[in-house]
Amino acid sequence: MTAYLDHAATTPMRESARAAWLAQTQRVGNPSSLHSSGRAARAVVEESREQIAAALGARPSEVVFTSGGTEADNLAIKGTYAARRASVGASRLVVSGIEHHAVLDSVEHLVEAEGATVTWLEPDRCGHISVDDLRSALGGDSAAGTALVSVMWANNEVGTVQRVPELAAVAREAGVPFHTDAVQAVGQVPVNFAESGADLMTVTAHKVGGPVGIGALLVRRDAALVPLSHGGGQERQVRSGTVDAAGIRAFAVALDEAVAEREASAARLTALRDRLVKGALALDLGITVSGCWHEADASGRLPSNAHLLVPGCEGDSLLYLLDAAGVECSTGSACQAGVPQPSHVLLAMGYTEREARGALRLSLGHTSTDADVDAVLAALPGVVDRARRASGAA
Amino acid sequence: MRVVAAMSGGVDSAVAAARMLDAGHDVVGVHLALSRSAATLRESARGCCTIEDAGDARRVADRLGIPFYVWDMADRFQRDVMDDFVAEYRAGRTPNPCLRCNESIKFAALLDRAVALGFDAVATGHYAQVVERVGSDGVVRRELHRAVDSAKDQSYVLGVLDADQLARAFFPLGDTTKPQIREEAAARGFSVAKKPDSHDICFIADGDTRGFLTRELGEQPGEIVDATSGEVVGSHAGAYGFTVGQRRGLGLDRSSLDGEPRYVVGVEAGANRVLIGTQDLLGVDVITAEHARWCGEAPTGEVRVGAQIRAHGEEIPAWAELDVDDPDVLRVRLDSRVRGVAPGQSVVLYDGTRVVGSATITATSLRERVGEPPHQVGARHTK
Repeated sequence: MTAYLDHAATTPMRESARAAWLAQTQRVGNPSSLHSSGRAARAVVEESREQIAAALGARPSEVVFTSGGTEADNLAIKGTYAARRASVGASRLVVSGIEHHAVLDSVEHLVEAEGATVTWLEPDRCGHISVDDLRSALGGDSAAGTALVSVMWANNEVGTVQRVPELAAVAREAGVPFHTDAVQAVGQVPVNFAESGADLMTVTAHKVGGPVGIGALLVRRDAALVPLSHGGGQERQVRSGTVDAAGIRAFAVALDEAVAEREASAARLTALRDRLVKGALALDLGITVSGCWHEADASGRLPSNAHLLVPGCEGDSLLYLLDAAGVECSTGSACQAGVPQPSHVLLAMGYTEREARGALRLSLGHTSTDADVDAVLAALPGVVDRARRASGAA
Repeated sequence: MRVVAAMSGGVDSAVAAARMLDAGHDVVGVHLALSRSAATLRESARGCCTIEDAGDARRVADRLGIPFYVWDMADRFQRDVMDDFVAEYRAGRTPNPCLRCNESIKFAALLDRAVALGFDAVATGHYAQVVERVGSDGVVRRELHRAVDSAKDQSYVLGVLDADQLARAFFPLGDTTKPQIREEAAARGFSVAKKPDSHDICFIADGDTRGFLTRELGEQPGEIVDATSGEVVGSHAGAYGFTVGQRRGLGLDRSSLDGEPRYVVGVEAGANRVLIGTQDLLGVDVITAEHARWCGEAPTGEVRVGAQIRAHGEEIPAWAELDVDDPDVLRVRLDSRVRGVAPGQSVVLYDGTRVVGSATITATSLRERVGEPPHQVGARHTK
C-alpha cells in the first residue's frame, strides 16, 4: 500500500477528466479545419475555453492555451518583456526570489541574452513578499523602465499564499504589467483573474486532476505579448500549433470539478494537513515546519501543503527511506541531474543551507486520506533515525 | 541481502546489477554524481560521469524494475581523488586514481552511506572474484581473486580494499569474460550493450593528463638533467608532467645524444628537475612502499608473492616483507628487474590468484651485485 503525498508534483487524473479526454480522442478533427469535424472540434475547444474562463473569473478571449505551466510562464515573461521593450524601451524586471524555475530561469535568460536587469523581491521568514517592497521597487522614475512584475500566487515548495490583489494594485498604479503563476493556487484558494487585478496568470491542468501537457496563460485583452512560437496563428496569434482539443476538454472538466469542490476540499485537506503537521511535531524528532503554519489556516498557506525541516538529515536520504517505506513525497526543490540542490526558496526565506538540506514536502490532494497521514507518521521515526545515521556516515 | 548496485551507466555495472537481482537480492541502483559540473553529453567514448551516463544507468534500472537514485559525491571525489591526484603529481609521483576511488569513494563514502541507510553490501561491475573460505577456526573469510578474464581483470585496482570493505563487496562479473557480458547485456535488452568501454582516467575526458595537470598547476619551466653526468640536456614546462619510464615527449636534441634512447629515470619535484638516462638505468628489483593495505591478515616475516605494479602489468615473482620497525612500510624484492617503476604507483601482491594486499611505491633501487655500482632512482619520500 503506497501513500502518495506528492500532489503538488502532479495529482491523479479525475475520472470525469479521463472520460472526457478519451471521448474527445475518439473524434477526428483539427479545430482549425473548416469542415464539420473541424467545426465540431472547435466547438469543444471554445466551450471548454468558456468553462475555464468562468471557473477562473476571466473572459474566454483571455484564455491562451499552452502545453502547461512552464510554457505559460515563459510566454508571460519573455513575451511581455519583448513587447514592453519594443513599445516603451523597458528592460527591467521585478520578480520575487521564490518563483518556480520556469519564471526564474526565463528571467535569467533575459538577463544573459537580452541585457535585462532584475530587482529581486525577497520574502520574509514566512515566505511572504511585502507590498511595500514592491511599492518602493516601482517608486520614482523606475516604473517607466520596468517591463513586468512577476509574483507567484502560491509557492510550490512551502505553500505560502501571496496577497496578489494588493501586489497587482501597486503594479497597476505604477503602470507596469503584473504576472502571477497560479499553478499551485487554483483549486485550493479562491482565484479570480478579473478581481485579482493581474494582467497575466499561469494555470495548468495536471495540478487539478487534468492531464499533463495542457495549461493556459490568462492574458488581459489589452496586454501586449510577442509570440514565442510562430506558425498557424492559433490562440490570438500568440501561441501557434494545432490546438489539443482532448487535452483542453479534460482540463475544463477537471478544473470545473476542482473549483466546484474547492471550499469543501480545502476544509478537508486543511484538517488532514494539520493532523500531519501536529503529528510530525509531536514525534519529538526535532522536526519543524518551514515558514508560518497556523492551525486551521486555509488562506495564508495552501491547505494541501506540509513542508517539514528535519535537522541532521539529507533530503535525498529521507526520500529514499520513505519511498522504501511506501511513502511517496518530495524535497520540494529542483534536482540537477538527479542531485538535489538546496532550495532557493528556503534560502531566500532566511534558512541556512544546512537547515534547507533536510527539507521534506508532503503535499495532499483530492485522493488523500487519513490512512496516508497515518502512514507518514508511522514511518517517520525509523526513517529519520536512519537518515541521521547516514548523514553522519557521509 | 539488501544491496546497492553502483551503476555508472556502462555495460558492466548494468549486468552486475541484473545478476544481483537474479540472485534474489533486494537491489537499489545508485549512480554517483562525481563531477561538480557534469556535462550533458559525453565528449568522447572515453569520458564518463555525464548526465547521459546517469540517464543510461536509469534506463537499465527502470528495465530491471529497481529503484534508482543519484548520490552526490562530487565534493568527496574532488577532495579524495582529484586533489590527491594533482598533489601526487606535484610531488613527483605517478598515482592511480582508480585505486583511490575504490578505497575512499566506492567502498568508503558510498558503502558507509549504504550501510547507514540499511543496506548490507555494495555491488560493482569490476572484473574480480570474491571467494569465501572457512578457516581452521571455523570463521568464514572472504578473499579477493583475479577475474577469469585475464584481459579484463581489475583485481589490481581493488587491491586497496581491506577485510571489512571486502566483507561488504560483491563483484558478480568475475567469473565471466567481457564478450560474454556484452552478449548477456544484449540478451537482457539493455540499451548500453554496445556502449564503448571507458578508458583511462574518468575525469580527464580527452585523455591528456599532462594538459590537465598544466591547467591545474600552471607551467613550471625547469631543467632536464642527465642522471649519470649531471649535465643539463634540455628543458621542460613542469616536472609534474613526467613519469619514470617515459620516453616520449622529452623534446631532447638528438644530435647531442649518442643515438641511444633516453628515458625519464627520476622526477625531483622539489628541484623541479627531470632526470633522464639510458634504458639500463631503469631496471630496478627492490621496491619500497608505504600505506600498506591488506585484504586479510597482514603477512608476518618474508612471504613469497607475485608483485604487479601497474593495472595491466605482468606479475613478477618476489619476496615481500614488512619493516620490523614501521609496519606501514613494505619492502618487495623482485626476482627479476623491471623497468619504469614510478613512485606513487601501487604494488599489488598476489598469492596465486588471490590478492594479498597493496601498498604505494615510495622508492625503487637495484640490489648490489659484485662488480656493479649500486644506484638509486626516485627520491625517497616521507609523508
